Amino acid sequence: MSDLLKFDLLSASIALKNKEFSSLELTNAYFEAIEKTSALGAYLEIIKDHSMNMAKASDKNINNGTSRPLEGLPIGVKDMFCTKDIKTTASSKILENFCPTYESTVTQNLWDDGAVMLGKLSCDEFAMGSSNETAAKGNVVNPWLKNSKMSPGGSSGGSAAAVASRSALAATGTDTGGSIRQPAAFCGVTGLKPTYGRCSRWGIVAFSSSLDQAGPLTRTVSDAALMLNSMAGYDKKDSTSANLEMPDLINYLDKGIKGKKIGIPKEYTQDGISQDIVKFYEKSINWLKESGAEILPVSLPHTKYALPVYYIIAPAEASSNLARYDGVRYGKRNEAASLDEMYEITRGNGFGEEVKRRIMIGTYVLSSGYYDAYYLKAQKVRRLIKEDFDNVFEEVDYILTPSTPTTSFELGQKQDPLTMYLNDIFTVPASLAGLPGISLPIGLDKSGLPIGIQLIANSFDEPGLISTARALERSAEFNFIPDGAAT
Amino acid sequence: MSETGILKPGHINGETGTWEMVIGLEIHAQISSKSKLFSGASASFGAEANSNVSLVDAAMPGMLPVINEFCIEQAVKTGLALNAKINNVSVFDRKNYFYADLPQGYQISQFTKPIVGEGEIIIDLDNGKQTTIGIERLHLEQDAGKSLHDQHPSKSFIDLNRTGVALMEIVSKPDIRSPQEAGAYVKKIRSILRYVGACDGNMEEGSLRADCNVSVRKSGEEFGTRCEIKNLNSIRFIIQAIQSEAERQVDILESGGKINQETRLFDTSTGETRSMRSKEDAHDYRYFPDPDLLPLEFSDSWVQEIKKTLPELPDSLKKRLVNDFEITPYDASILVEEKDYVDFYQKAAKGQDGKLTANWMITELFGALKKENLTLSNSPISPENLGKLVSLISKGTISGKIAKDVFVEMMTSKNSPSDIVKDKGLEQVSDDTEILKLIDKVISENKDKVNDYLGGKDKLFGFFVGQVMKLSQGKANPGIVNNLLKEKLK
Repeated sequence: MSDLLKFDLLSASIALKNKEFSSLELTNAYFEAIEKTSALGAYLEIIKDHSMNMAKASDKNINNGTSRPLEGLPIGVKDMFCTKDIKTTASSKILENFCPTYESTVTQNLWDDGAVMLGKLSCDEFAMGSSNETAAKGNVVNPWLKNSKMSPGGSSGGSAAAVASRSALAATGTDTGGSIRQPAAFCGVTGLKPTYGRCSRWGIVAFSSSLDQAGPLTRTVSDAALMLNSMAGYDKKDSTSANLEMPDLINYLDKGIKGKKIGIPKEYTQDGISQDIVKFYEKSINWLKESGAEILPVSLPHTKYALPVYYIIAPAEASSNLARYDGVRYGKRNEAASLDEMYEITRGNGFGEEVKRRIMIGTYVLSSGYYDAYYLKAQKVRRLIKEDFDNVFEEVDYILTPSTPTTSFELGQKQDPLTMYLNDIFTVPASLAGLPGISLPIGLDKSGLPIGIQLIANSFDEPGLISTARALERSAEFNFIPDGAAT
Repeated sequence: MSETGILKPGHINGETGTWEMVIGLEIHAQISSKSKLFSGASASFGAEANSNVSLVDAAMPGMLPVINEFCIEQAVKTGLALNAKINNVSVFDRKNYFYADLPQGYQISQFTKPIVGEGEIIIDLDNGKQTTIGIERLHLEQDAGKSLHDQHPSKSFIDLNRTGVALMEIVSKPDIRSPQEAGAYVKKIRSILRYVGACDGNMEEGSLRADCNVSVRKSGEEFGTRCEIKNLNSIRFIIQAIQSEAERQVDILESGGKINQETRLFDTSTGETRSMRSKEDAHDYRYFPDPDLLPLEFSDSWVQEIKKTLPELPDSLKKRLVNDFEITPYDASILVEEKDYVDFYQKAAKGQDGKLTANWMITELFGALKKENLTLSNSPISPENLGKLVSLISKGTISGKIAKDVFVEMMTSKNSPSDIVKDKGLEQVSDDTEILKLIDKVISENKDKVNDYLGGKDKLFGFFVGQVMKLSQGKANPGIVNNLLKEKLK
């Protein structure tokens, strides 16, 4: 492995400032890595000239002593983020040639802080999926057990695979029901979904507006802190953005967790969880205890309704959010004799099966006569789920759960959408409640696949979430590198 | 059959008896805002196609709406002026449907929780009577774009300039009972909107449009099935469309048919309505709260602050005009219809005979302006000059008849009436000896008629007055002519 690839985001940033190597050298190393790992299919679009220009500009700043927090650090961007003059497709055929004239707030924040963009990363189409198999251009392959063709998870599968395979120093993701945390768990990287409202949604292709939230996928908890420092912030262009200052998360990395109370929800230890994951879940509990935390059993009684509620609300919002892809103003259009026919053919050809399925579910649950029974009821239950968390956070500071019920599965293995949806069973409740969650790798299962553990914090307690995750990370000492990583 | 044989407005005589109309109106008023409801693009009228379109209006991926606070204020102001309940919490919903000029695939509107709830307004009818019409609600929503189907043989064009422009939809209760009441209601709403400054009320430019819900019933019966006539953009069309639609419904019902609940369009060339879509074809709009927007919330104290900025409204002004200027409530209702009418009137009537000023303004000035296709704002006669004219009449300097000539001169020359009177020597002659000279001349030239009159033909008196006036070129004071003639012909 190129020595440069061994640096994580935080250490690379220090090395750049110390002029141990230049951003141009580092960026070049990453382009070599991208080439070596191209069989994984993580990147949809590479913009080498643009990246090199960014790297040169960063080197100038470093030499002038005016470097910014992410100066010269090459990162990948999930294709859900609109990037100015760079193709943004949301992994969908309907946007296959779409090139925005604007930059999303979150990515703009990253470039303003000096980061270098490597390219756009594949994901499930419109972020709808848990295996990266709904991407129009085909799935990404998990760099772990690369010959077995395992799923990288989804929807931020390209982001997770790129970070795990050392073909990006870090990446952005979006999480609606687990789309950062589940692929992070599958690929053995750290994935942080912030509190709803922390990161602006402006310029991110919308899937489910009340759930979508941007966050980082990184190699370490420190890197997640560094990335989120730049990504987060109030944006008056997003009415749901929180007008709250976020403290510098780097200051919270080594605060420790002595005396902190960690809740173990009894509803999260059910049948169907792999034995290896149960084993590491128990290990994690012990590590936290050893670090001085107090462990308490808690109950989130409405957890069992989270998945059904999610699969009503998210498709409902998606059915409306995706109505704009109609072939009229941009994106793909199939000409036809009438407007209605044009819609039918354009949308019929432009959207994949999973997207169509969710549009249909969403349209159904919002239709007159069904609205009260589905959408309205789901909103009520969503409130109960949120109240469950509110109650638990009266007693504890953080909640620990597995990130996923199983480790990664073989691509093409899960044909039934319902089985696929079960993947998000541990990540969806925090999404519905708008709470911040982080998944970090804590070990490997018997077959050598990474296992992720999830920490959930109260709204806007990203600082505490970072401290706790960092404590767990220290205990887990997860230093494995996938066989599919760049060498 | 109505007993008097003359039907009241809003009633239709059928074979089976008299039918009554039940009407409810939805008025769409464009808010006078520089920018759109959820984007910074200009909301101005008449710009080049697709030049006032932001990324949000074009529904580009990842774009988000941000509420324009000015529009919220205008809705609250209007709500207060409609004596309506202001809802401190209201919610924006998405109304989902596909159309080429609706880029988002949904219209952001307010469905279950509008910003303004129930209210009422008083409308003035032509017969001088008043009636109260209930307001059901007022809500904020986005306008759609414009589809142009006549520019190309096989293609349609879309202009998104209107897309996202802020509208207030004001929904009345089904309290309206005749096309004339509907017209008066629209006039009153337009007047209130203009006073408040929330909408320019310009129906030609589409700033104010109405959808009319019409049904008919026999007096005292339950409401019938209604039809909605969409998008009427003049008061005349509203009146015509309602009358024709009600007649259509009566014809159907009387021939044993049933009214289908449907949406209809008014054809201005035929003066009739035709079906646009039936209830079965109606869209299922799949309303749900827009997750991109937080609920609108504001405090009572904020509403009170807004209330302080309201100008004096037509109803209160009307009372004041009747009190201060001793004019009839009917004249007052005409004068308060528009803010600039009332401003003009108050300037003109200052220190003058209020009633006389109102007459001159409503009958002469409005008539002349209409004939010349002018409005009050570009009237050649200033309020001050109208006041001076009234003053010349009151003081007896000129007669009412001469005043009409002076008025015509004022319309063309813009000169002050006193200058016109002086220049043309139009002062009224009130001097007895002058007038007596004229009377003597008339008597001496009409000896036979004088004899007839003295012999009992009283009606000839008018002839003598006319001759004297003619001789004076209209300048003699008619009252004095009358008195002196009576003396002479005793």
